Amino acid sequence: MEDLKTFLINKVLLSESDTLFPETEKVLQKVSREKPDKPLIFISSGTSSIIAGSEKTCTSISSYITENEPSASLVRVGCTGPANFEPIVCIQLPGKNKLFFRNITEEKVEPLLNGVFHNDINEDDLIGQTGTSSFELWPGIPFMDKLPFFARQRRIVLRNCGSYDPESIEEYIARGGYRAYVKAIRYYTFEEVCDIVERSGLRGRSGGGYLTGLKWKQALNTTSNARYLICNARESDPGAFTDKTILESDPHGLIEGIAIASYAIGASNAIVFMRSGSDHARNKLQIAINKARDYGLLGHNIFSSGYNLDIVIRKEPGAFVCGEETALINSLEGKRGMPRLKPPYPTTTGLFGKPTVINNVETLMNVPIIMQNGPEWFRSVGTESSPGTKIFAIAGKGRMSGVVEVEMGTRIRTILEVIADGIREGKEFKAIQLGGASGSFITSENLDIAIDFDDLKENGIGMGAGGFVIIDENTCMVDLVRYYMEFMRNESCGKCIPCREGTGRMLEILESVIRKPLNEESGTTLERFKGVMQLETIASVMKDTSLCGLGQSAPNPFISAIKNFRDEFEEHIFDRKCRANVCRGLRSFSIDVDQCTGCTACAAKCPVNAIYGTRLQPFFIVEEKCIGCGICFDICKFSAVTVK
Amino acid sequence: MGNDLDIILKKYKQGKREDLIPLLQEIQEDIGHISEEAVIKVGRFLGLSTTKIYGLATFYDRFRFFPSGKIHIRICHGTSCFLNGSQAIINKISEQIGVQPGQTTRDGNFSYEIVSCMGGCNSGPLMTVNGEFHIYLKPEQLPDLIKKLKYIFESD
Repeated sequence: MEDLKTFLINKVLLSESDTLFPETEKVLQKVSREKPDKPLIFISSGTSSIIAGSEKTCTSISSYITENEPSASLVRVGCTGPANFEPIVCIQLPGKNKLFFRNITEEKVEPLLNGVFHNDINEDDLIGQTGTSSFELWPGIPFMDKLPFFARQRRIVLRNCGSYDPESIEEYIARGGYRAYVKAIRYYTFEEVCDIVERSGLRGRSGGGYLTGLKWKQALNTTSNARYLICNARESDPGAFTDKTILESDPHGLIEGIAIASYAIGASNAIVFMRSGSDHARNKLQIAINKARDYGLLGHNIFSSGYNLDIVIRKEPGAFVCGEETALINSLEGKRGMPRLKPPYPTTTGLFGKPTVINNVETLMNVPIIMQNGPEWFRSVGTESSPGTKIFAIAGKGRMSGVVEVEMGTRIRTILEVIADGIREGKEFKAIQLGGASGSFITSENLDIAIDFDDLKENGIGMGAGGFVIIDENTCMVDLVRYYMEFMRNESCGKCIPCREGTGRMLEILESVIRKPLNEESGTTLERFKGVMQLETIASVMKDTSLCGLGQSAPNPFISAIKNFRDEFEEHIFDRKCRANVCRGLRSFSIDVDQCTGCTACAAKCPVNAIYGTRLQPFFIVEEKCIGCGICFDICKFSAVTVK
Repeated sequence: MGNDLDIILKKYKQGKREDLIPLLQEIQEDIGHISEEAVIKVGRFLGLSTTKIYGLATFYDRFRFFPSGKIHIRICHGTSCFLNGSQAIINKISEQIGVQPGQTTRDGNFSYEIVSCMGGCNSGPLMTVNGEFHIYLKPEQLPDLIKKLKYIFESD
């Protein structure tokens, strides 16, 4: 092991030329398992795989190996992408292409491995094969990159995800990793690195789309004795898991990105701000940082270049607003995570008053590739104004889900219809929610918009950090908007009035729309109408006057929903009907006299005593009293309670 | 418990303001919650008033001031889980355990909290019971599950 370490450092990382000696390449091929001489079994080990039960699959594969195929070895890799195929198992026999299998739960392991080792493959669980021309093909099995899920993707940032063991720095180096970083600190000045990234046109992927190179230059040009780089890895948008997947699958890629970015701004302290609750990702990253330190890639006077760098992980204590740059800085300084007034921007006065650059995970993941392949190459990917790719976490009601990466300029329709393969169970498409709780909805008319910062902005849609939630006809938009508003109300920090009060009032009004009023004759109806008329005003005031991005974007889901689904809102308000049958307050319940056995279960549980009857006789519901909570519907064992 | 606190405090030699959050996080990981004693000790150590520390700790929703139950349930309420019906799961759990999110039952057996996204958007609605995942939940299967968990305490 020690020999391999010195070999990798001296012959690969510190190699003077870009091309390596053939014998070095041979060793690297062995390290990265490109030409295995014994069977290899890869299993994905990200969060989504663990949730699907990959740990059990892993144990049963290892016991199979010890019993039947002692020559084979098991490798835990990151996530490949399709989350609904987890746990994914990949098998490579010597000299043959890799085979991918889906949904391999514990009990499927033995038949699967028996089949593969005795050349009798079960086609049901098969996804496809990958490999190069030097390997023997599996006849009649589709190639992975020809499958619709992968064919329209362009995996640049995710290139290493799912193909190497995230705990092995050797494999990452053998795949060409850390060479861009070592080259940068040895041969380039700070300004040159900033310049390369600026020329590449890389824009911040956290939603704003600010030029990354420009941001770095601002920090670099501020005179100071210390600078900081913060990697914002605390995506806590409900329904976004892109950063987590990257951290679990390619932690070394992120470390290299952080290291190059820190060098570019001359920072010797980098902080990764992680969300709490993702311990698995944090452990993976901590292991990777320790390994990088062991290799001398972090620490004092790295490779005698005179540059020092240390990366620490800080766990966020739980506040959505900490995704905002200045709130994040406050939180790191040990204060309440409340945003500050901008300007001064963090690039001039940031953490502890020093220039600070805050980039998110996806932005930093792009940096090593730009350094490797040059800014001109990066410009050739994507569109003129937004070069590169964008990662989305597809979730919701699509047939496929998982983390995907598409070239900028791809139409949203392509992602929905080809990559996500349409809507589950043949339901009708309703909308796509882009960008989490502060994003907007994309309806069927807008599906031909391209993924591009400017194109989306023109249509009044924010790019967001990577949430891509597919919504079908079974979802009530009013209820969904209420859900987002509830989330925002809970997460508003309370510093500025428009956000603190606005989110609360909007939530109250939205709740009154979907709640059953106790008495239609009393003032509640009037109050409701008055409130509804105010909703749009509150939304626009919040948008204009809130202090930080959270408040400014909190009404976004409402604004875009009322624009696109006005009829649905009106139905709720005037007709008191919910077409998706989700809003329970708008439903009326009745008891079917033929089905009711008079068990009294519903009457006992009714919170407002609206159910009357005699034991063993059919019961009935007094509609005026009913608040529509639906407890009777849930509790009835004879399905005697019906909903209208 | 007092000794544990001292060990944790010793790790932060200089004791600066920015150490406050990591300190509290470590205390919570170790003891399970932030006790009154811990707040006073941390305050003395960092030279901050206890109100300041409470003010900070209550701002963030990850800090707990009461011990969590022996069985801790975390329910995902992210967008994807919400679309698949996590609200019904939350209501059912509240009803079955008898406390609201963030609370602990009086006998100290159960506690539960709502989290925004656990990254299992494909398998929702989902929850973890002491770290073990339960996926594709349906409200009607919860009473049995809770009954099974309650049985553990009764048989002890």
